[in-house]
Amino acid sequence: MSGISLPVGNISSATGWKSTLFLNFCVTLLIQFSSWAVFAEQTEPPIRFGVTPAIVHDQYGVLDDWRVYLERKLQRKVEFVSRDSYRDTIDLLKQKKLDFAWVSTYPYVYLTQQGYARLLVTPLYRGRPYYSAYLIVPASDTQTTSLLQLEGKVFAFADLYSNTGYLVPRHFLRSAGKDENHFFRKTFFTWSHRKVVMAVAEGLADGGSIDSFVWDTLSVIHPELTSQTRIVSKSEEYGFPPIVANTAVSKRDSIVMRDALMDMGKDLDGISLLKKLNIDGFIPGNPKLYENVVKLQRTFGEP
Amino acid sequence: MRLFDLSFRVKLPLLGAVLIIVSALGVSSTLMIAAYGALREDLRLNSKVLGQALAPSLLQDMLHDDTWHAFETVSASTRITPDASPLKAKTLLVVDRALNVFVSSHPKVAPVLVPLQSLGSEYAALADRIPAGNDTETRAIELPDSSHLYILTPIADDHVRFGTLIIVVDKNFFLPRFYTIAWYGLLAGLLVLTLLLPINWYWGRRMALPLTQLTERMGEISQRLPASLDPEIYNYGDELGRLFNVYNQMLVELKTKTELENQIIQSERLAALGQLAAGIAHEINNPLGGMLTAIDTLKCHTDIDPQTKKAIDLIERGLTQIKDTVGALLVEARLKSRNLAPQDIDDVMTLVMPQAHKKTLRITTRNELRAEVRLPATLVRQILINLLLNAVEASLAQGIITCTIEAREGFLYLLVTNNGRIPSSEQLSRLFDPFFSQKDNGHGLGLWVTYQIVNQLGGKITATKEGNQMHFSVEIPVEASQ
Repeated sequence: MSGISLPVGNISSATGWKSTLFLNFCVTLLIQFSSWAVFAEQTEPPIRFGVTPAIVHDQYGVLDDWRVYLERKLQRKVEFVSRDSYRDTIDLLKQKKLDFAWVSTYPYVYLTQQGYARLLVTPLYRGRPYYSAYLIVPASDTQTTSLLQLEGKVFAFADLYSNTGYLVPRHFLRSAGKDENHFFRKTFFTWSHRKVVMAVAEGLADGGSIDSFVWDTLSVIHPELTSQTRIVSKSEEYGFPPIVANTAVSKRDSIVMRDALMDMGKDLDGISLLKKLNIDGFIPGNPKLYENVVKLQRTFGEP
Repeated sequence: MRLFDLSFRVKLPLLGAVLIIVSALGVSSTLMIAAYGALREDLRLNSKVLGQALAPSLLQDMLHDDTWHAFETVSASTRITPDASPLKAKTLLVVDRALNVFVSSHPKVAPVLVPLQSLGSEYAALADRIPAGNDTETRAIELPDSSHLYILTPIADDHVRFGTLIIVVDKNFFLPRFYTIAWYGLLAGLLVLTLLLPINWYWGRRMALPLTQLTERMGEISQRLPASLDPEIYNYGDELGRLFNVYNQMLVELKTKTELENQIIQSERLAALGQLAAGIAHEINNPLGGMLTAIDTLKCHTDIDPQTKKAIDLIERGLTQIKDTVGALLVEARLKSRNLAPQDIDDVMTLVMPQAHKKTLRITTRNELRAEVRLPATLVRQILINLLLNAVEASLAQGIITCTIEAREGFLYLLVTNNGRIPSSEQLSRLFDPFFSQKDNGHGLGLWVTYQIVNQLGGKITATKEGNQMHFSVEIPVEASQ
């Protein structure tokens, strides 16, 4: 036993001055950690950016490139939040879970009227901030020339909160003196403009109404899909689906984001991304662009 | 020719080949039938599982009238590539309680809201098979004359049926997989056949070869004694190997028997000849003795004119020659004589040597006699002289004659060997006949006399030829000493 106790005593006496040093080191570390913690608290939370089927929102590769681009420009973490239905995105904005969102025109009108969001920028498509609704039928249908000929047929809508994918054809029918609720034999929602094209191409629906921007983009990236459909008619023009900022987002953050978006046309990466997104750039939003949508909304009320 | 008349050389390999092919076909077809059944059962099971997996989701879609989601669900199942999945549904259809299409994977063929009955005769027949009540059991239906299998899965909740999911599968969907399995089976079978058939062919011929040889040899027996079989052809201890041995043994026995028969025939013939000769000799000797006595008496008379005396002398010489000849024929062995001594053999050699030297022959003698032998010396000497003179006569110039004399185990053995003129087999069998001679001079009684003496001494004499050598061997039993 004595053989063991002797060296133990030796160690304790020998480490006396060493333990003082160790204590000092620990204290230094503690101070260091707390200062880091303060820094972490001060680090800004990521910007949450909502994308909807108003654009071809399942081009995940492009969206990821865009996210990385924005992170570099804003010097902040950016998260893209993709939802299939407009209602989901509207709810996320209402609950302040999104800072910005690229929404369709009808959700924009609804959100700004309710004071949940404000207009940030409007994209330029083919040099202009406008788009329209296309009435499409299967390519095999060579007879149809007007929506009125699809009475008693199966019709595909994009979204309950869609302007071009729901409001526009219904408004057209009502204007023609038809009962838009009983005109078709059956209607269904696909919760995406792209899927309206698919439903019509597959023959599931005899016709569908779709965002012209989505159809045009698809005709470039998936021509085999759009070639199975035929555009029967194009509606009047509406303001292009804008990017909105949550009203809870600070003015400063809004401006930083607005500038980052509007400056995309000024560098090569931005130009390349705009090309992939199939738009030409962004301009400051102008509510006047969306006045005819407001009119439609007033006609039908909230869905 | 009937199939079973074919030679074993063909029949055995053929039979083996047929058996191998039949077994290979039997095994592989059983496996293929089993594989076909298993694949078919898999198809039904997988279809049922697919139906049961899709039904809950489709129920929600029906309840919410979500045509698009239902379409995405059913169309996804038909887009699976066949390689990746054991099941590819051809078409999926969801019909509501009224049997109208709610959604289908191929809307162009089966558009929404269209009654099932209007989609063709098969669907019309199928519509009759869909139970109207709240039956919640998955059914597999095969319609007569249809290439499809229909799996009906109820879309139900809490025993309330909202509709039916119809999965249409190609009944023969698994055929490509089956063909792949069958192809591998065929390859394996062919491999086995290419391995087994040559082995079988070799083995069959190996078995048949000894049999055919045996058959050929046996066939020869009626004409002549066939050659023996080479035991190396089939050196195994099975029935065939034993048959080989038995056959060879039988040949040896046959040969011995034939030789024995020949010997018996020859000795019987010679015995008969001996009796005949002795009989004739006695018949001649009696009057001859009288005649000679009469001539003797006649010669004692002095008043015979020289002419008559000349005639009497002529008659006497003639009668004496007859007596000699008859005497030679009539071998009398019961002659009293002293026993044979080793010296007798040397005497015989001395007597024969001048004849041998005349033909420049060499006689090698091996005399193993060391003591007297209880046999009449005169007769043995005559036998040996006769045999040696016969050998000298048959030998060509500068030939070698060997002569062995030995007494052992109660027998005296004499062996004389020479080369030179060798008698034919026919001549060999008549060698001991009286007046049989191969030479121009001589009366041909030497070997006859020898034979008679040996015979009367109770011995045996044999003449055998071996290549260009002639062997005469004599075996005489020696009287046991008192």
